[in-house]
Amino acid sequence: MIILNALVQGVLLGGLFAMAALGLSIAFGVLRVVNLAHGEIMTLGAYLAYLSLSSFGLNVWVSLLIVVPAMGVVGYWVQRLMLQRALRLSELAPLLVTFGLAIMIPNALVEVFTNDKKPLPTGDLAVQSITVVDGITIGVLPLLTLVVAIALIAGMQLFLARTKMGRYMRAAADDSDTLRLMGIDYRKVYAFAMALAFGIAALAGVFFGIRQGGVTPFDGQLTVLFAFEAVIIGGLGSLWGTLAGGIVLGIAHAIAGQISPDLPLLVGNLVFLAILVFRPTGIVRSKVAA
Amino acid sequence: MPTLIAGSVRVDRYQRRALVTGLVAAAAFVALAAAPYLLDPAITSSWIKLFYLITLATMWNLLAGYAGMVSVGQQAYIGLGAYGLFVFNDMGFDPYSSALIASVAVGVIALPLSFIAFRLRGGYFAIGTWVIAEAVRQIIIRFDNLGAGRGRSISDYTADPVFRNMFTYWLALGILALALVVTFYLLRSRMGIALQSIRDNEVAARALGINVSRTKRIVFVIAAMGAALAGSVICIQAIGVASPNQIFSVSYSAFMIFMVLIGGIGTIEGPILGAVIYFVMDLYFSQLGLWYLVVLGLLAILVTLFLPKGIWGAIHERFNISLFPVGHRIVPIADKFLPGSSAQPTVKEKRPSGRFRR
Amino acid sequence: MPLLHAQSISAGYGDSRAISDVILTLQNGELLALVGANGAGKSTLLRVIAGAHRPTAGTVSFKDSDISRLTDFHRNKLGISLVPEGRRLFASMTVIENLIVGAGSGRAGAWNVESVVETLPMLKPLLKRNASRLSGGQQQAVSIGRALMSNPEVLLLDEVSLGLAPIIIDELYESLSVVRQSGLGIILVEQDLARTIAVADRIMCLLEGHVVLEGKSGDLTHDQITDAYFGHSIVSFSEPDLTTEEGVQA
Repeated sequence: MIILNALVQGVLLGGLFAMAALGLSIAFGVLRVVNLAHGEIMTLGAYLAYLSLSSFGLNVWVSLLIVVPAMGVVGYWVQRLMLQRALRLSELAPLLVTFGLAIMIPNALVEVFTNDKKPLPTGDLAVQSITVVDGITIGVLPLLTLVVAIALIAGMQLFLARTKMGRYMRAAADDSDTLRLMGIDYRKVYAFAMALAFGIAALAGVFFGIRQGGVTPFDGQLTVLFAFEAVIIGGLGSLWGTLAGGIVLGIAHAIAGQISPDLPLLVGNLVFLAILVFRPTGIVRSKVAA
Repeated sequence: MPTLIAGSVRVDRYQRRALVTGLVAAAAFVALAAAPYLLDPAITSSWIKLFYLITLATMWNLLAGYAGMVSVGQQAYIGLGAYGLFVFNDMGFDPYSSALIASVAVGVIALPLSFIAFRLRGGYFAIGTWVIAEAVRQIIIRFDNLGAGRGRSISDYTADPVFRNMFTYWLALGILALALVVTFYLLRSRMGIALQSIRDNEVAARALGINVSRTKRIVFVIAAMGAALAGSVICIQAIGVASPNQIFSVSYSAFMIFMVLIGGIGTIEGPILGAVIYFVMDLYFSQLGLWYLVVLGLLAILVTLFLPKGIWGAIHERFNISLFPVGHRIVPIADKFLPGSSAQPTVKEKRPSGRFRR
Repeated sequence: MPLLHAQSISAGYGDSRAISDVILTLQNGELLALVGANGAGKSTLLRVIAGAHRPTAGTVSFKDSDISRLTDFHRNKLGISLVPEGRRLFASMTVIENLIVGAGSGRAGAWNVESVVETLPMLKPLLKRNASRLSGGQQQAVSIGRALMSNPEVLLLDEVSLGLAPIIIDELYESLSVVRQSGLGIILVEQDLARTIAVADRIMCLLEGHVVLEGKSGDLTHDQITDAYFGHSIVSFSEPDLTTEEGVQA
């Protein structure tokens, strides 16, 4: 029963990891940019939510209406002004730029906000749970997180398949040079993809902050690894694969946590490394190569 | 283009310049080695940091600037070098020998890790190295005899602070010399050319029969060992490790990247210059608190975008000088021109470029 | 006024020069064929005109205005459409999606999915098929159709018949003659000299980046073109450095 409960908790946790990973998947899928600052974007989202709370007295959920679009706009311009330029310079330049951001952001946050955990209260939601059977409880918040993650992935798939911008994003992923020949400014397509990536990351950051009881400046250095691990375990190039990867990682964390509270991170990393060795293309085979 | 006739040109390796540089470097090395006898210990002990910074920068540049592998996980080996020091020191070896033995041990560990890391490429490789570093740290803190999460100090070290400082200084200087010599010879060797070609176009390099994996692996292991040696020095200088989070911190990667980018990636001189710049900045920046990391990150971004070759790279391009020549050039041999040809054969420089190609 | 004019274009890749001092003019409704051996610079020239490759010297004007500074996507909006070498379809998308993306420039005109499919009937059963699962000829048809979707005034076709069976090439050329009827100017890069003479209004031959022959297709003989193609005799204004077994030809 304990194992079963751990599995359930793992699946629920997987929703959070998948949501964290989704933005990364989009950025890499369309732009081939590996955003080392992805975790920091999540953290920024959470801090923005905190600020909305503390400055405007907004409820956390309402603050999302500000946080997600705002971070989306930030993502659009970071891409257009910084990363676009880096992409033209070399393959490694965007990596170095995002790493620079990954160093700047948490250290600036510590200086501004101190290392204290800034709370993101959601009233009772954080502790409410449903008891399915004796021994297995499903927290309302983790369930909500999983549902939102699935909705986001489904929405993203629809967006990519049916909308004009979605098609352009898929075309840019295939061949951005040829896309230009069709009269489309691929830089705008890239920037839009990055806006989506940042917005979703910010959303995931808020959920993560709520789950952790608040946000601290260096959370990003943790979450970036979760996000990447979920993407790689699931397999590049597939959004649903990212969900699968998140769930596998979540289960690894949950089971390890049953053994000892300081094991989840290590076990998660080891599972990731093991997948790299034994099944590097990930769980869901896809045609995109790393 | 004028025709080249076999026997009328030769390949020049800038032997004379290399010799001059070598002599100057050797003289500098001897002077530096004598410094503890001549200068105040406070000065020489601060230079220890400069020496290991140059070592770290040179090693990271070897990985990223020459082999094209951007790693943000070298702190794994820095930490292992430090903790390896504890392990061998506890066994009875003096700290200095422990450092050397530890670096070999780290080399042995790095080898299987390379098989894992090489499953990934580019940005994902970078993240993979970060994960490995985290995993290493998380494993190390499970060992109580290594201090678990609290850090620990060296058990057996030279008691006299003056001697301790001198020995540490010489160790750091020796490691620096070793790192530079290895790098220089590696790059001048056939492997150096292999590295260049891998960096520029891995697929083409493979098609030319270069054993890409083996070459990259060798560089990976050397870089790990270099980082481990630096880590041992850091540990010896502080007589221990304050906390595992500190020695395994990703900030070390930030420093390395900053030094190499500012100095000039893909050149031997660049990391040295970058390390000196960072060292000087660090002397004044410490009072800024963590803002100095913010400034570093910002500078790294600005340099990447606007000065991608770094300061030395810009100098090298403008004035065409290099202190540590690793390139080749074709030079005409006097009086062997084809009579009646339209012009003297021009000397065509074939310098390795420090650029990344898109 | 000419529809398209390229003046003194020189372009290359890194240190190597692909085309030198090339001058090209295209009139309304004209089909100009570019012939030449591999590496002669034909693709490079097309790409320069389309804006996909920056020349080291020279200018390109479209309907008398200088477009040299414009990007490829801007030029497509103006009415220049390139069917790139190697087809370059969007592999993860279906045929109809490829076509729809082709209309990205938003230009109005007679070309849409229906009219494209009518002109290239082999596409009709393939609309929902994934682009990566098409034969070479089908891919080429999609690539042409995709370029038409932007309602161009100038259509640039790079190596349409490369690697295709003659019967497929026949079909494509039939479609091409339908396309011609809509009045756009076409520059066609083609290896098959017989077809070229049959279909082109004017022919231009490139050799090692220089124009070595140019004229109305009716005025040139097959042998003349062949000679120019291989560099046996040079009917041009520039003096490329050539040697054959018989020694340097004047």
